[in-house]
Amino acid sequence: MSTATQTIEDLAKQEYKYGFVTDVETETIPVGLSEDVVRLISSKKEEPEWLLESRLTAFRIWSKMAEPEWHNVHYKPIDYQAISYYAAPKKQVKLDSLDDVDPEVRATFDKLGISLDEQKRLSGVAVDAVFDSVSVATTFKDTLANLGIIFCSFSEAVREHPELVRQYLGSVVPHSDNFFAALNAAVFSDGSFAYIPKGVKCPMELSTYFRINAANTGQFERTLLVADEGAEVSYLEGCTAPQRDENQLHAAVVELVALDNATIKYSTVQNWYPGDENGKGGIFNFVTKRGKAFTNAKVTWTQVETGSAITWKYPSCILQGDNSVGEFYSVAVTNNCQQADTGTKMIHLGKNTRSTIISKGISAGKGQNTYRGLVRIGKGARGARNFSQCDSLLIGDRCGAHTFPYLEVKNTSSQVEHEASTSKIGEDQIFYCRQRGLSTEDAVNLIVNGFCKEVFRELPMEFAVEAQKLLGISLEGSVG
Amino acid sequence: MLEIRDLHAAAGDRQILNGINLTVNAGEVHAIMGPNGSGKSTLAGVLAGRDGLEVTAGTVTFKGQDLLDLEPEERAREGLFLAFQYPVEIPGVNNAYLLKAGLNEVRKHRGEPELDAMDFMTLIRERMKLLEMDDTLLSRPVNEGFSGGEKKRNEIFQMAVLEPTLAILDETDSGLDIDALKTVAGGVNALRDPARSMVVVTHYQRLLNYIVPDFVHVLSGGRIVKSGGKELALELEEKGYGWIETEPAAASA
Repeated sequence: MSTATQTIEDLAKQEYKYGFVTDVETETIPVGLSEDVVRLISSKKEEPEWLLESRLTAFRIWSKMAEPEWHNVHYKPIDYQAISYYAAPKKQVKLDSLDDVDPEVRATFDKLGISLDEQKRLSGVAVDAVFDSVSVATTFKDTLANLGIIFCSFSEAVREHPELVRQYLGSVVPHSDNFFAALNAAVFSDGSFAYIPKGVKCPMELSTYFRINAANTGQFERTLLVADEGAEVSYLEGCTAPQRDENQLHAAVVELVALDNATIKYSTVQNWYPGDENGKGGIFNFVTKRGKAFTNAKVTWTQVETGSAITWKYPSCILQGDNSVGEFYSVAVTNNCQQADTGTKMIHLGKNTRSTIISKGISAGKGQNTYRGLVRIGKGARGARNFSQCDSLLIGDRCGAHTFPYLEVKNTSSQVEHEASTSKIGEDQIFYCRQRGLSTEDAVNLIVNGFCKEVFRELPMEFAVEAQKLLGISLEGSVG
Repeated sequence: MLEIRDLHAAAGDRQILNGINLTVNAGEVHAIMGPNGSGKSTLAGVLAGRDGLEVTAGTVTFKGQDLLDLEPEERAREGLFLAFQYPVEIPGVNNAYLLKAGLNEVRKHRGEPELDAMDFMTLIRERMKLLEMDDTLLSRPVNEGFSGGEKKRNEIFQMAVLEPTLAILDETDSGLDIDALKTVAGGVNALRDPARSMVVVTHYQRLLNYIVPDFVHVLSGGRIVKSGGKELALELEEKGYGWIETEPAAASA
């Protein structure tokens, strides 16, 4: 056995660092899904009638829909009646200040490196922390409020700013959009809401940190971000979950609205529990993310997907307004038995709209990585341009990379470019680095980071460092 | 510095080295010559620890340690440097970045503090002058799109930065035109040092006009069949390898 193989075997045994469970009293509703359950969730959250109606409509639509099968991921059918659709830490009645956060929950976030203590935070990042189904704390609220920026949990937004929620909820991802989006619209529990008023440049990164803790529950959060005319915001999203033998479903919806001249940058580092090396356990991550860009607006998605047993997500841009811009930068890693089917949709409707897609797929172990992307240029989108680049990197010879680009161009004044490449980390590259003094692991990291750097440089500084480290951990022991 | 005793090595089923004996002392430059397939590059690969080559018998001692027991990166950190015959392209990885990572591993191993970006840049700018390297090669991905000459220059440049105690140059002259050959040889000569040994593997004598060796060994059939001073290289140039191969195996140096 070569030494490189040995290193793998040692490192493959490395455990998921965030796999601990917090012992906190949780209120979980019985498993199963019905109209009554939807009503129960709504009443627990003391929601207004219109929202309950919206949930029920979504539920009825979902009931008639079939789970999609076109994707290139394989899993045992999910029993939607075996999942609990609501879990919340018990002691969370009314949170008036950060001091009211359950110490156990607070300790959990500390352990994850997310301090909820405002004074202790060195960097200017405001955090909304979501534990199981509820938002437990939002930091820097007052600072932001002075600028008219609303940043709070989704539930609070429903209570405090119902007109904004009602205006924009479902305006980008309608209930009927897809199976998982409909499910989310029926049962979503909490999430984050942000509104940046006209002309305001948000002075700090806004961030949501999701943590699934309870067993046998699904997490269905809803995020809605509205940047009013000329506003600018950068948003970060991170997530982890305990290590469990069963699969857990996560079906979130994120909607971004960038009104005229607004800019939204949405960055995700997804690190849900990926399952063990034999493919046992792990999160099923079925997520719908979409942004709508009005005139001269810009929506940028940057994602680093290292976790989850299954990743199914296509952060997309509807380029509605003239001159609007959509960008998608993605690194997706599949190691061991992980599967990812991810990419984007760029829907060009306005004139002179531009989009850029940079996708980097890394497959190791028995991982299967699929890029699926749609570039649609409508009749009216005269002068639209798209550039797509999809690169795949293979580590070892048991993994797979797949690319499914769809191009639909309905006018003759547009320009669409697509580039793709597939490469393999060669033993000779690793040997070359080792001959210069680097360990095998460092060599792989160096090569992988080099491969991903066009995406990493789009991430906010602090996140980029975290992403690089995460990539290192995800690929530990992948070289053989 | 380096003691090779009765070294046998195979690649898969093919036995390539059949009992190499060689002693290299500090400050010496040894040239290893030989026809194609004589085992020159295999010897270089075994010393550096390349995967796929199996040592079937013999020992190699480097600075008093069992070299064969060390991982390739440990050998590098101990000061063994291989200038590759075919330098590998690594897309996306900045040339200077790889070199900085390597240098800092070597420094850590020696118990020296790691260099920060500023000190590192100062060092490499100085060393670049040795090789008359183009600045842009630093920020480009490792060897990607480099011409043959640029790749070889880059190898010697890396050597100049890493300051090894034993440098193995594997066919560094191949693919170089005469001007590039002179520059590269000039760089190598500038690095000659009483504390540094070099093993120069080459097929042709012409490199040895510029890097003048202390000893020349001729490899044939996986054995050193003849050893001598620098004049041996000239003799080979004149008579060809056929002359050696017909002679009985000679004693080693």
